[in-house]
Amino acid sequence: MASAPEMVFPTSPADAAAAFGDGSGVTVVAGGTIVMPEISYGRLEPAKAIMLTQAGLAGVTRDGTTVTVGAATPIAELVDLPAPLGPCAANIADREIRGQATLGGNVCAGAGHDAPRGDLQGALLAVGATARSAGAGGERSEPLDDFLANRGGRLLLDVSFEEPAAGGFAALDRPHTHDYTAMAVSAARAADGTVRVAATGAGTHGQRLLSAEVKADDLAAAGDAALADVTPHDDALASAWYRSKTLPVLVRRALTQLKETS
Amino acid sequence: MNLAVNGTAHELESGPLTSLLDVLREELGITSPKAGCEQGGCGACTVLVDGEPRRSCLLPVGAVGEAEITTVEGLGTPENLAAVQQAFTHHYAAQCGFCTSGLMMAAHAYVAHGGTADQDAIAEALGGHVCRCTGYVKIIAAVAAVARGDSFDLATTAASPGMTNIGGVR
Repeated sequence: MASAPEMVFPTSPADAAAAFGDGSGVTVVAGGTIVMPEISYGRLEPAKAIMLTQAGLAGVTRDGTTVTVGAATPIAELVDLPAPLGPCAANIADREIRGQATLGGNVCAGAGHDAPRGDLQGALLAVGATARSAGAGGERSEPLDDFLANRGGRLLLDVSFEEPAAGGFAALDRPHTHDYTAMAVSAARAADGTVRVAATGAGTHGQRLLSAEVKADDLAAAGDAALADVTPHDDALASAWYRSKTLPVLVRRALTQLKETS
Repeated sequence: MNLAVNGTAHELESGPLTSLLDVLREELGITSPKAGCEQGGCGACTVLVDGEPRRSCLLPVGAVGEAEITTVEGLGTPENLAAVQQAFTHHYAAQCGFCTSGLMMAAHAYVAHGGTADQDAIAEALGGHVCRCTGYVKIIAAVAAVARGDSFDLATTAASPGMTNIGGVR
């Protein structure tokens, strides 16, 4: 490192938001699983680093049917949540990484160098999660879709969602030596009957599969329709061709689970 | 900044964004955690942080705080090996040895948390660890033996031509 970075150890969410400011020149460190290799390999030299370990942003809380997950909550604490979030969390990397990596780091991760990131984005989009963040202009709550589209300069504080009436999760299998899931599909039925379907790994970040949602009652049609919503890409884990062949299968599997659990 | 490793407190010179792995190996000379991929993919650097297995390459030392770090050096001594060390020896669960430190720390934590001899459960717990000598069968057998509470006579393991734990080798 060229010079010692300014280190900040906030002890409350308000302190963290104040230290973050508008985010310019700030490196946020929570679990460290994404940012530490960048630092160790010299690709990133933080001028100012905010350590979220003691910032009071960890934990899962329930208020009636509303679930709120703090940004610094380790992914391991999400594996018992209802589908699609629980199975999605359990599918991330391995037990040690899940104990260290946080929801916020996973949700806010940029596109990976050679593999998709942001496993939880799809599951959270499927349950219609709301993201609460701090940054320029103060605190803001918005649908996760909007947050993902414009998350530069924002510090995620927590996500919240209504427990779904039913959920499904299907992922491409992977050898245990590959941390990243090549592609996964989450589906959820809200209490009011709304069905949402979303994918991770079908594009540069998680996205809703709106064309599949409108055909959710017809499994085959929904799977094929999903292709209209994505632009599959090549990376180290899978080709665009393979993704386009398997996305309909994952959509059908996730929606089948949805039917079986309702 | 202070760091407690294997029951000893150390005053550190490294900055808070230095990885725990680099602090252990480069500043403290504790070399059982291995620098494999240094991006969280191999498990060779796994140590215990307050009893929980963590990748030391991914942990900024500034985030460790008051937590107690345990490495292989803190598990046992050559004269008094920990159960997991005895089991890895008896079952020949190491070949080149590069993955062994991380695997033993993960295995030690697995059994300490009440893990059973169930093969699938062991494979899930050790799923972040890569052994390129393809030694998983013997590793899983060793962890299962610890979970069962097997005891070993290592003098016999090393000397016996009739050992049953390594088929066909005399």
